[in-house]
Amino acid sequence: MRHILSVLIENEAGALSRVTGLFSARGYNIDSLTVQTTEDPTLSRMTIVTHGSDDVIEQITKQLNKLIEVVKVIDLNEADHIERELMLIKVRATGKDRDEMKRMADIFRGRIIDVTEKTYTIELTGTGEKLDAFIKALDPAVILETVRTGASGIARGERVLKI
Amino acid sequence: MEHLSGAEIVTRCLQEEGVEFVFGYPGGAVLEIYDAIFRQEKFKHVLVRHEQAAVHAADAYSRSSDQVGVALVTSGPGATNALTGIATAYMDSIPMVVISGQVGTSAIGLDAFQEVDMVGCSRPIVKHNFLVKDVRDLATAFKKAFYIAKTGRPGPVVIDIPKDVTINKCAFEYPESVSIRSYNPPSKGHPGQIKKAAQLLAEAKRPYIYVGGGAVQGGAGAQVTELVRLLGVPCTNTLMGLGALDGTDPNFVGMLGMHGTYEANLAMQYCDVLIAIGARFDDRVISVPNQFLSNPKRIVHIDVDPSSIAKRVKVDVPIVGDVKHVLTDLIAVLKEGNQRPHPDALANWWKQINEWRKPDCLLYTPSTELIKPQAVVQKLWEITNGEAIVTSDVGQHQMWAAQYYKFRRPKQWINSGGLGTMGFGLPAAMGAQLANPDAQVACITGEGSIQMNIQELSTCKQYHTPVKVLSLNNRYLGMVRQWQEFFYGTRYSESYMDALPDFVKIAEAYGHVGFKIENPADVEPVLKEAFSPALKERLVFMDFRTDPSENVFPMIQNGKGLNQMDLPPHMRGLQQVPFENNRDYGNLC
Repeated sequence: MRHILSVLIENEAGALSRVTGLFSARGYNIDSLTVQTTEDPTLSRMTIVTHGSDDVIEQITKQLNKLIEVVKVIDLNEADHIERELMLIKVRATGKDRDEMKRMADIFRGRIIDVTEKTYTIELTGTGEKLDAFIKALDPAVILETVRTGASGIARGERVLKI
Repeated sequence: MEHLSGAEIVTRCLQEEGVEFVFGYPGGAVLEIYDAIFRQEKFKHVLVRHEQAAVHAADAYSRSSDQVGVALVTSGPGATNALTGIATAYMDSIPMVVISGQVGTSAIGLDAFQEVDMVGCSRPIVKHNFLVKDVRDLATAFKKAFYIAKTGRPGPVVIDIPKDVTINKCAFEYPESVSIRSYNPPSKGHPGQIKKAAQLLAEAKRPYIYVGGGAVQGGAGAQVTELVRLLGVPCTNTLMGLGALDGTDPNFVGMLGMHGTYEANLAMQYCDVLIAIGARFDDRVISVPNQFLSNPKRIVHIDVDPSSIAKRVKVDVPIVGDVKHVLTDLIAVLKEGNQRPHPDALANWWKQINEWRKPDCLLYTPSTELIKPQAVVQKLWEITNGEAIVTSDVGQHQMWAAQYYKFRRPKQWINSGGLGTMGFGLPAAMGAQLANPDAQVACITGEGSIQMNIQELSTCKQYHTPVKVLSLNNRYLGMVRQWQEFFYGTRYSESYMDALPDFVKIAEAYGHVGFKIENPADVEPVLKEAFSPALKERLVFMDFRTDPSENVFPMIQNGKGLNQMDLPPHMRGLQQVPFENNRDYGNLC
């Protein structure tokens, strides 16, 4: 099953490689990983999307907690949560495709953030499924380049991850 | 406030931590530190002959005492040579601080001479590591390193120090305490869970206590003994847990696992309530989980490391905490409520265990022509009154040492259980002897293992560590040969060692005493001589030419259950699955 883990970690050099090293050394999967410092500059927050049985997820959580720099780990799947991923997609926008691209971006509530005579670059946020759907809705031939961040997640409601 | 160089700070930090010995090897990146060592007198430095040995010696120094072991190596090859030792300590959860030199900060990442990314190299095999790029962070790094190494589940911590950091100066103040917000090792176990464990024990018909290295490291030997005596329940120790309960205690049913005793393994398989104490259900202990759990049992698991719990088997009552604290509390609860297993059920359980004990699975055929390796270990046990600190290398001799030397107390048995590192025994014996100068220290090794770090005979000479080396020399990599015999159609591919050296001459060349023993009748006299007052101050190397065909029994093959042991010849055909056709487990007791 797919899980989305939120990890508060000391903002120190090498901390990220400890986390990724743990996954590779123990044979766990990372589907995506995002990381950035939080409002507290001494802390970073990671969102790790992974999959595995409940036992595997339990081990991942325990092993993450064992890392000295890891302050807190929660599994966002345990309650309602919100996920967002950012995609930048460069598409060919010439001839009749140019209007079509604009329309598609609007339908998916994307924004065109860079324009050339032949291309649009569209910024799109949403769940991974929504971004997948956008790609699927396009003719593969018009897609020049895509870049995606992987999911960031936060719990719904008043539940917070803080120390 | 004093202004000190980084190198002086290193030595001062070690002094503040009460370090007695540093095991190491100098090199370019750590010359400043070595100069600072030269200018101080509080701790001694032991110059080994290979960095791997420095780490093993520091490791055994720690294993045989209550101290944190300390090793010091230079950058690049010095650091990489230390990795095997670090991994060994990591797998067995040994508190240790390894200081490695690093090229100057301005040269890091430029493929400088003797540069290696030590933090990166050691990351998967340390509890934590530091690269200290600023001299002002050095003292804090040391304080944290020692704290992390010895608290919670202990483990090795590496401090990598660039050369310029050892030269730069700053005000020195050693932090009095340390607090790391993300690291809060547990101590007390959950009271509710402890009550549940007591309740389970009281309801048990076939209770069993399974004790691992965590009880030894956690200093919980006395509590284990008290629990076993209080309940009168059978107890087994893992390879790493040997000594946690006295090997001669009537409630001790022997080591369990791949080469465990018949009775210990069957009790593990057929118990109904299992208390696991500082043990992790390793594959060498329970083999495969599905076979182990084929006989239903309720499991209480006490461990300081939550990730050890429910890693390989489901646990009914997990208790995260320091084993010593948890056991103290558990004993108090049991006493308070006068909770004990039912005496009749327990008597029946013991009756069954004594049946299993009867055939004596460790019986071997004595010989007047060939030296039996088991006999050598037994004689060693007799001659040292079971009091020696015993280190071992890895292989058949290690298993015979574990099976036939009945360890009386924790921290008496020192071996590489988790990683299985050949070359561990001699440097370990050296470290243990330095930690326990008055103790008898014996290194049980094989002709293959000893040659992996034999150069340490030189260190032993320099520092007068009079260890007694017992090489069970069967001219084969014995355990490899045994597996080839069992699983590879007796094709002894590369397990025979030709051109073995004359070990007596080697010992003598290093300035020690050497004996070659080929006749069983000479085993006892030679051992007596080696341990006699006349040779008390000498390292004695005993090259026992043992029966090359001898194998370690019992044995559980990979993938088989604890009740599917390969038994010694006199027990072949014995029923190991007495309850298979009897699903009503209630009838047993």
